[in-house]
Amino acid sequence: MKTTNSKIGGLLATMTLAVGLSGPAAAEEDTFKIGVITFLSGQAAESFGVPAWNGGKLLVDMLNEGGKLPAPYDQKGFGGMNIEVVVVDEAGGATKQVQEFRNLVQREEVDAVVGYVSSGDCLAIPPVADELKAFTILYDCGTPRVFEDGSYEYVFRTAAHATMDNVSLARYLKSRNFDVPSFAGLNQDYAWGQDSWADFTGAMNQLYPDAEVKTALFPKFGAGQYGTEISALLREKPALVHSSNWGGDLQGFLIQATARGLHKRSQLALAAGDHVIPQLQDKMPDGIFLGARGVNGLAAYARGGELEELTNTMWEAYEAEYDTFPVQAPFRMWQAIFGLKTAIEKAMAENGGTKPTSEELAAAMQGLSWDAPSGHIEMALANGHQAIQPNAIGTTKWNAETGKMELVDVEYYDARCVNPPDGMKSQEWIAQGFPGAQCD
Amino acid sequence: MQSNLIISAIVALVALAAGAVILPDWAMFLFAMALAKGLVCLGIVGMMRGGVVSFGQGLYYCLGAYTATLVANNFGISDIFLLTFLSALVCLLVGIAFGPLLSNYRGIFFAMLSLALSMVLYGSLSKMSFIGGTDGLNIAAPTFLGWAPEGRPLQAALYIYVVTISVIAGTLMRIYFDSERGLLTLATRDNELRVEYLGASVRNIMTYNYVFGAVLGGIGGTIAALALGHVDPEFAFWTTSGEFVFVAILAGYLSVPAVFVSAIILELVRSFSNLYFPNTWQLALGIFLLAVIIALPNGLGSLVRRWKGNKA
Repeated sequence: MKTTNSKIGGLLATMTLAVGLSGPAAAEEDTFKIGVITFLSGQAAESFGVPAWNGGKLLVDMLNEGGKLPAPYDQKGFGGMNIEVVVVDEAGGATKQVQEFRNLVQREEVDAVVGYVSSGDCLAIPPVADELKAFTILYDCGTPRVFEDGSYEYVFRTAAHATMDNVSLARYLKSRNFDVPSFAGLNQDYAWGQDSWADFTGAMNQLYPDAEVKTALFPKFGAGQYGTEISALLREKPALVHSSNWGGDLQGFLIQATARGLHKRSQLALAAGDHVIPQLQDKMPDGIFLGARGVNGLAAYARGGELEELTNTMWEAYEAEYDTFPVQAPFRMWQAIFGLKTAIEKAMAENGGTKPTSEELAAAMQGLSWDAPSGHIEMALANGHQAIQPNAIGTTKWNAETGKMELVDVEYYDARCVNPPDGMKSQEWIAQGFPGAQCD
Repeated sequence: MQSNLIISAIVALVALAAGAVILPDWAMFLFAMALAKGLVCLGIVGMMRGGVVSFGQGLYYCLGAYTATLVANNFGISDIFLLTFLSALVCLLVGIAFGPLLSNYRGIFFAMLSLALSMVLYGSLSKMSFIGGTDGLNIAAPTFLGWAPEGRPLQAALYIYVVTISVIAGTLMRIYFDSERGLLTLATRDNELRVEYLGASVRNIMTYNYVFGAVLGGIGGTIAALALGHVDPEFAFWTTSGEFVFVAILAGYLSVPAVFVSAIILELVRSFSNLYFPNTWQLALGIFLLAVIIALPNGLGSLVRRWKGNKA
């Protein structure tokens, strides 16, 4: 019985600890608190998580100061409210993320959550967000399954899903009259790589029905060594090599492939490759067809047009702060925060200027459209919960004089040209030959 | 002894169940997840008593979670009791299949072989894109004998369910640990040859421990999947198994409640370090683990023994 007492004592002590640590600071009326979840450690940190939050932190600071950005983003904070941020590391898998999401909403009482790079997390979080009635923005992840397999009331994705990356790549080949008698793929062996390859082969099947698939290689995620795969690609001699690799895997592949001259024998086409330019610099070979999952990074900088002022403001602030140029991830974080700002201010215009509830925010966000450095974003799919955005593909060219990588021969694609129409699943859309695509 | 055990079980059950009322939402969820993982760790502790550690308990955690999810999604079964039973059954069968094989191995060989089995499941699930591949799948909230709660009642019901199962499993494992076979397990840890000369089959003992671990792993996985609403192959990844081993080491093999307390402590430390040190939470967690191992080499359970020793 003595042992029993101590056991129960231990349990009660733990419980008291838990309860004692609960009581978060009550949410204030003049502060809007967001929880940001992004990779701060692990493989996706260097490529996506850290640059995304560098960009996000910069933008939040600029907004809190007020008047730093061109209209319509010249108002301070979110509708005059100060922005407060709680940052959480996305590393650790979906199990941990569901727990952390609950903690953010129930313990930290954040007003909105912005986050998730990993597709697995993006599938796991939405049911919980709806259960807790917590307004949530998925800012980066790619899988179309989130809203094609489910529908959620409080969850929005402010970036286009991954279908457009590979459809744009195939369209780029076609519009540049690139001859593709055969092609091969090297993609990471997990959902992202498998889905990207399926989208690309599907799109190629429509645009280049005679092209022969030489080989589809799926090295392990995080493999780092691609000697065997490069040998296979050199032996098969495809006209084009497709890869959706990212991060260290992409850097490794490019360095090893260029050392063996693969880029001279086959055209390399990278669906999401722009983010390794700051690391590789001139080690990234010229003449690679490159996407950035949207008009992001170099493609946005080269675009000009009416969004030039907004883009250049963010670009220059980022370069001044971090001594490198912003790649795709900060652009997606910016479009999420600008979208959130637009939704909050729209909701406040309707409710008379008080801090909006999750319901009001969700109503304001549904079907919203706004401008971001990456172009005009429209919440056009999945009943106004899934964004579409324009995309761009270009060709790399190292400028030895300035010591900077440039993107040349850039083709810009309208959002409705490379995204499926509302109510249609991406896979079907590609298989049926892109019905309803509006390309000019 | 037996009556003491039953009284302590009832007291623990009541104390824990009170959490359904007094705990805030986030803590209730954290406790439910910790107890579900604690069940898996209890299985490892059962094996640890015999001197072997399974580095692949993620196999049953994942198998249980996927069984529940696939059954729920394909046959429309949402009853938590039925799902738990089916997962436990599948894990029992798989455990019976692998148990006799693994029971011949000790030390690092047992650890590596069990790890290999769980990684085979991880690799296979990652390749199966028709069930979501590495992204995994979602599972709807469970019902309780036809009752379909939402919001806090759902969380409270899940919490009470996992508390009840944990207390029952803990009590049964305590009875087993104190039984003849359970005590022989402890003897095996000290001298395997002598146990064989006593006429007992060490292999048989090890198989039993492994199969109990499998069933507990499956139940833990099912509850975790239902609480999270999502499963992915990560459930079988070695880092998940490693976490279970850590909890088992933190708890030590001396006390059953220590397993659940350790699981809860680990979850709390992780949750708060993640919040307060977003860039260095792994470091904070690591320092905590190191400190515990240095201060309590025999685990939290040794505190109970120490306290008991002082009193006596």
